[in-house]
Amino acid sequence: MAVKDRLSGNEAVAIALRQIDPDVMGAFPITPSTEIPEYFSQYVADGLVHTEFVPVESEHSSMSVCIGAQAAGARAVTATSSCGLALMYELLYVAASCRLPITLACVNRALSGPININNDHSDSMGARDSGWIQIYAENNQEVYDNFLQAMPIGEHASVRLPVMICQDGFITSHAVENITLLEDDEVRRFVGQYCPEQYLLKADNPLAVGPYDISAYYMEHKKQQAEAMKNAKQVILDVANRFEALTGRKYGFFEEYQMEDAQVAILLIGSSAGTAKVTADHLRSQGEKVGVIKLRVFRPFPMEELASALSHCKVVAVLDKCEGFSASGGPLFAETRSALYDLDNRPQLINYVYGLGGRDIHVGHFEEIYHHLFKIVSTGQLGERYIHLGQREA
Amino acid sequence: MIRKASEINETSPWQELTPGGEIYEGGTSLLVNTGDWRTETPLVNAEKCKLCMLCILYCPDSSIRVQGSQELKLDLLHCKGCGICAEVCPFGAITLGREER
Amino acid sequence: MNYNFKQEVQKPERFVGGHRLCAGCGAGIAVRAVLRALNPEDKAVITNATSCLEVSSFLYPYTAWQDSFIHSAFENAAATCSGVEAAYNVLKRRNQVQETYKFITFGGDGGTYDIGFQSLSGAMERGHDMVYVCYDNEAYMNTGIQRSSATPRFANTTTAPRGQVSYGKQQNKKDMTEILAAHNIPYAAQTTFIGNFQDIHEKARKAIYTEGPCFLNVLAPCPRGWDYPTAELAELCKLAVDTCVWPMYEVENGTWRLTCEPKRKLPVTAFLEKQGRFSHMFRKGNEWMLEDAQNYVDEKWQKLLSHCV
Repeated sequence: MAVKDRLSGNEAVAIALRQIDPDVMGAFPITPSTEIPEYFSQYVADGLVHTEFVPVESEHSSMSVCIGAQAAGARAVTATSSCGLALMYELLYVAASCRLPITLACVNRALSGPININNDHSDSMGARDSGWIQIYAENNQEVYDNFLQAMPIGEHASVRLPVMICQDGFITSHAVENITLLEDDEVRRFVGQYCPEQYLLKADNPLAVGPYDISAYYMEHKKQQAEAMKNAKQVILDVANRFEALTGRKYGFFEEYQMEDAQVAILLIGSSAGTAKVTADHLRSQGEKVGVIKLRVFRPFPMEELASALSHCKVVAVLDKCEGFSASGGPLFAETRSALYDLDNRPQLINYVYGLGGRDIHVGHFEEIYHHLFKIVSTGQLGERYIHLGQREA
Repeated sequence: MIRKASEINETSPWQELTPGGEIYEGGTSLLVNTGDWRTETPLVNAEKCKLCMLCILYCPDSSIRVQGSQELKLDLLHCKGCGICAEVCPFGAITLGREER
Repeated sequence: MNYNFKQEVQKPERFVGGHRLCAGCGAGIAVRAVLRALNPEDKAVITNATSCLEVSSFLYPYTAWQDSFIHSAFENAAATCSGVEAAYNVLKRRNQVQETYKFITFGGDGGTYDIGFQSLSGAMERGHDMVYVCYDNEAYMNTGIQRSSATPRFANTTTAPRGQVSYGKQQNKKDMTEILAAHNIPYAAQTTFIGNFQDIHEKARKAIYTEGPCFLNVLAPCPRGWDYPTAELAELCKLAVDTCVWPMYEVENGTWRLTCEPKRKLPVTAFLEKQGRFSHMFRKGNEWMLEDAQNYVDEKWQKLLSHCV
């Protein structure tokens, strides 16, 4: 039975964690994810979970604790943001290459420097090639729902990869919204037990994890990881189907909003999608054929599916809440351009970098972007395609 | 499927390597011949050896054992010929020499 | 404790041959000595910091370890072990694991004194039931003999080389055992390979079977880094102890105790002269280096004696 509540995104994750009752949590505070271990440690203090809560001395160690625990046969979780994720960087690769399905709640925040505590996606985007599955949310309901799907995806025998459940710092992590929760026993049934075939504490045989790999083996192990990431696509859809059957809430690689006959579209990730949708509704009411695609799954990147969804558009704006410093656009832009390459008739593509360090983006900005797209349609002139939204110019 | 280290080699296709480089058994390095690193080989003089077993403690390669309870057995597949055993032997029972191969 | 090393050496080996440590490496001896202190019926999970030991002992698909083993990175062995131990506690509570496990971490001095210091300090402070064993060979040997904070003053290393205007490493060795003792953990000790290994065996047993976080610092000579003939390892260890360069002591619940006092304290030159890394100290005009080294050892020794009961 569904439970109605009002929660922030951090509370939603903490409640999901309480319902899952993971074996081990490595915890180190960093704004804006700090509330997750705070709430959770209270559950531990009140005896509501059986988790070993390990309050370490750094994020580097919290990921290390997760690696040790998951390899030992336990379900391990952690939460972090920004520089915390950056400090874990080395171990993100280790977790993925050891094929340990750890779950990480990433509350997205700008990376230093300069130091800034507000939202953008530079932290998780910096880890995009680390071998983690990355799933992003628009609102606290999606954060909660994604978190419940993380373990069935990552722990699947054909996947065995760690999963990062991302939400926008403060915007969803701290803002309180209405939310529908599952009952505890429904969550436990849905998420299931963690039953690895091999683990360090297995009585029957020892397990050795983390070898030195010479070049005769390293590449084969990377190939295995690459295949696992490919396998994750189907598993993500299967788990979403199972989740829909339970809750009625539908999830896929991305959400298409007013896309069916859209001439122009905006592709973006995270909480700003809500503002984009409101803008699209408004323009639709004026007869403009505009649409929005909100990407949910960034790793594995749904290349063919995204290309197909955008194929009928004339011009698309890809919005990156992250600077890639490639001098030619952000990471989502690069991936999307690559995805469209195989289409016979490709839409034109422009890139907006927006919202860095918590810079607000509002309906007026989205109207400006749609107008820009229509101008390209009408003039046929692409012009500057790598734009920083709302920059003050001299 | 549980693949043994003995079934894995540098020609194994990626599908046949263990995920993440895991190994599901102990002591598989015994399959490796490090004995061919040796330039000098220890030789035990059974008459001098009092089976005090001090050499066993000091061997970095776990290559000296007691056979039955009567004599030392050298594992020449793994002994690298460091010579520590010869130095620590109180009875001069171990000597290092050139090996005929 | 009744130590019968003839019985001990006939226990099944938990660290087998075929690993790729250099001939005569002290790390292999340290590992064997520590693991021998485990009750054969007890299981163990070994954690290893990136090190000579790690890259030599688990080179895919060949592991020298008979027990479960995990390596994840250089600077996080203690944290990784914390995770394994935490998993054990909860899985045992949940009745998913029945056997008794012990948790032993091995790191070199680089992974312990330097890059792994933070995670080690954290794990000790949190009180995990684990043993952290440092095999201290006094430099970053895995990358080719670079100086670490465990390298003694005057030693020649590849990043603190002796030269026309340099005498090798300029700083004294960090006292890691004392720092660990200051964590107020139940047991911290330092040892090396002496005689019939009673000292290292008893310390390893205490460390493994004392509840809570324990630390063992094992001086483990490196023939390449110290520049001596491989066969002379035992002699070097004995000289390190007899010169008081490496005192054998333990700190048990706050009580300091010398475990192996030299019958006759030898001059440090007896230890230094055996090793190529110190050879420049014996050149004409460098007598002050020997004097400084002796004075330093004497001061440290007096300080240690004042701690000990």
